[in-house]
Amino acid sequence: MPTVSMNVNGKAVSGEVEARTLLVEFLRNHLGLTGTHVGCDTSQCGACVIHLNGTAVKSCTTLAVQADGSQVTTIEGVATNGDLHPMQEAFRDNHGLQCGFCTPGMIMSGIDMVNRHGGTLDEATIRAELEGNLCRCTGYHNIVKSIAAAAKAMS
Amino acid sequence: MSETGIGASVRRKEDKRFITGKGRYTDDINLQHQAHAYFVRSPHAHAEITSIDTSSAKAADGVLDVLTGDDLAADSIGGLICGWMIHSKDGTPMRAGAHPALAQGKVRYVGNEVAVVVAETLAQAKAAAELVDVDYNVLDAIVDTAKTQADGAPLLHDEAPNNTIFDWAIGDKDATDAAFSNAAHVTSLDLINNRLIPNAMEPRAAVGDYDAGSENFTLYTTSQNPHVARLVLAAFIGIAPEHKLRVVAPDVGGGFGSKIFIYAEETVCVWAAKRVGRPVKWTADRSESFLADAHGRDHVTHAELALDDGGKILGFRVKTIANLGAYMSTFSSSVPTYLYGTLLSGQYNIPTIYCEVDAVYTNTAPVDAYRGAGRPEATYVVERIMETAARELSIDPAEFRKRNFIQEFPHQTPVIMAYDAGDYNASLDAACKLIDYDGFAARKASSESNGKLRGIGFSNYIEACGIAPSAAVGSLGAGVGLWESAEVRVNPTGNVEVLTGSHSHGQGHETTFAQLVSEKLGIPIEQVEIVHGDTDKVQFGMGTYGSRSGAVGMSAIFKACEKVIAKATKVAAHAMEAAEGDIEFKDGSFSVAGTDKSMAFGEVSLTAYVAHNIPEDIEPGLKEGAFYDPTNFTFPAGCHICEVEVDPDTGVTEVVDWVAVDDFGAVINPMIVEGQVHGGIAQGVGQALIEGCVYDTETGQLMTGSYMDYCMPRADNLPSFRLGFTKTICPSNPLGIKGCGEAGAIAAPAALMNALTDALGVVNLAMPASSQVVWDALQNSAAKQAAE
Repeated sequence: MPTVSMNVNGKAVSGEVEARTLLVEFLRNHLGLTGTHVGCDTSQCGACVIHLNGTAVKSCTTLAVQADGSQVTTIEGVATNGDLHPMQEAFRDNHGLQCGFCTPGMIMSGIDMVNRHGGTLDEATIRAELEGNLCRCTGYHNIVKSIAAAAKAMS
Repeated sequence: MSETGIGASVRRKEDKRFITGKGRYTDDINLQHQAHAYFVRSPHAHAEITSIDTSSAKAADGVLDVLTGDDLAADSIGGLICGWMIHSKDGTPMRAGAHPALAQGKVRYVGNEVAVVVAETLAQAKAAAELVDVDYNVLDAIVDTAKTQADGAPLLHDEAPNNTIFDWAIGDKDATDAAFSNAAHVTSLDLINNRLIPNAMEPRAAVGDYDAGSENFTLYTTSQNPHVARLVLAAFIGIAPEHKLRVVAPDVGGGFGSKIFIYAEETVCVWAAKRVGRPVKWTADRSESFLADAHGRDHVTHAELALDDGGKILGFRVKTIANLGAYMSTFSSSVPTYLYGTLLSGQYNIPTIYCEVDAVYTNTAPVDAYRGAGRPEATYVVERIMETAARELSIDPAEFRKRNFIQEFPHQTPVIMAYDAGDYNASLDAACKLIDYDGFAARKASSESNGKLRGIGFSNYIEACGIAPSAAVGSLGAGVGLWESAEVRVNPTGNVEVLTGSHSHGQGHETTFAQLVSEKLGIPIEQVEIVHGDTDKVQFGMGTYGSRSGAVGMSAIFKACEKVIAKATKVAAHAMEAAEGDIEFKDGSFSVAGTDKSMAFGEVSLTAYVAHNIPEDIEPGLKEGAFYDPTNFTFPAGCHICEVEVDPDTGVTEVVDWVAVDDFGAVINPMIVEGQVHGGIAQGVGQALIEGCVYDTETGQLMTGSYMDYCMPRADNLPSFRLGFTKTICPSNPLGIKGCGEAGAIAAPAALMNALTDALGVVNLAMPASSQVVWDALQNSAAKQAAE
């Protein structure tokens, strides 16, 4: 069984995994970081989105061994020193979540799209960028509002 | 109104854990030494099971046991139930076939549970499942709702000839027939309410545990109603007596009805935990969710509207075939009957109505309540035929509706429901103003000049929720009452825990319920904790569905708070040596009228618990409970108007504007209510444009078995919505709340399809109106026009 080592949320971690172990399984089952969720089995729902070396990636379609030697940031790692990330604040302030299950993936995708687009995020762009994230509760209206608000706060 | 009281858009208390990844969903729960379950499911839609050989599977690596229907039967575990009795027109009870948790003798839909493998790891359980050798004698399958009653169709259950579970009716046949014979005009429409798969983002999951020392069972489960789950598992299925079974529904990632029901998987997990002597954990793959979650809708309807020569409705008759799937799910019989037929009056003054519903079996997944549960189906029929009639009579659709609106309340409809309060003109006028109805012609012309087809459509929905008065639903066949419970437990230090029988799986109860208590008891909202979801902590409650937690759940809390204030008043009066009648309670403070003597709420609670100086005739402590039984359904209503733009070259439909004006009575948290409307509209647009569950008619295979084939609404399928509110207070509960959770899903499909048929100039169009469907319709109507 291979051993994987990576940096997760600023901490060096390591573990023995079957080669077929998905990154999301490694995070949830080996590291106990259950904030990253599994919502589907065809890589469409986005509940599993994390950042791998600073880029949004679906952890259900990434093997743990692929993340060997990488920096991984999960939802548990975006707040700094107990202060919420502006994206997290924006979701709370704008009622961008209801059941919360898609929310970690939405926040991680949101941060990534702001990183790439900066302050030029309009509604149409946000909606197009959310193609890989499904939500059943909110109708997306307040998720779009949250991301737009965070984009402003982050720039 | 305070910043944190009733009517304020208070930011949610529960968000903290969800935005930081610290939610505790059932799959996040891991018990020491737990084993993992994986279900062997039927690959056939209809087959006899001739044998099951589990020997190879049992011998596989890591396997603790492999269990089948025979093992359940040997342990006297009963089958899954349907808790609502419906009678046919001739008075005979519904013809329900047995529904064992693991198949006995026959499988009846693809995905039907046949066996369970319990192993050390999930991977081992999955691998061993492939070794379970099931011998099937494959039978012909029938999946078509409109064809399953035909003589010669494959028979699913011996108890139900012609696969007909019941043939039910409501209303007055003779009076309705008479109305039609006098009609100046009859509008006819054939409608299919397309089958949907709920797809809450959290797949169903369960962790069952058995403590051999105490002989207590524990079940963690993704449920909207843990106490009901406990009652059914104990009293009907026979897992354990209620007092030896704890059911916990922790954080649940969406329900929409699909997590109301008591399913095979959690039944088997909690039973298997005792069998194998280890906790047993199961989480659905999304593919399993597609196969085995209860599906929604699936009605085939013929409707006729009789009108006089002034465009006023004389009568309405409806015949519906409702597909309930391969087995009757927990509430399935109520959805196409008392949650459907009773809403066919819509917002209109209709003298007579007659509705017949045949409920049928097919080789598909069981069908049960899905957001709206019967009311989206009713609204679709009513609002599509209203729009169609208006077009046939060349009357403006808004004007046509107004001509037929109910104007006076209370109003007794011909289909049981008595609407208590409403103002349908107000919501229609407000919606027309918000969307600028008068300006539509200009917008349509502008779209045309850009080569696009533009349409506008109304949906004037009404629904009956806040379910429901117990005696009333009991007389209609419900096996349970639909009251709600609350206990308001004041602690010695003055903070409060509210134990509610409601359950929150996205609705924000931890905030809205706290807003109510904070305002009522005059204490800061931070000092109020809402507790739900655990049968060990909370007294029996009926759970959350049917838009009832505001109207019914909060009314129970309101009553309990009143009892707390009454007792606290006695304690305060005694402590301040005043007469009870001289005590004023305001802003969390008890004061003696005409003096400056006062005690804060927290001081009073401490006094009650320390009990050194309390009245002789009362007990120490400060904790009160209430069970609230509604006196009527509530009747949210409103007007949704949508505009669509169609590209005739591609058939792609864009929803360019959506306006909703809803009357929900009193609103506790406008931000949360708007969120409910947004989500409901999205599901309705999903039904109309995007989603459709398809079973192959030859083989009964589920063709839309994953997100690859079942399209879900995404952010770029939807606009931002424009919402307005009107308000007629609900007279039947102390808070005046009507409820809001399902309204968007109820209203939306009709609005969308009315707009789309308007844009295309066609009478009718199937849902989902995908670009293929729209493009085909345009080709057909172009060809027709060319031929004429």
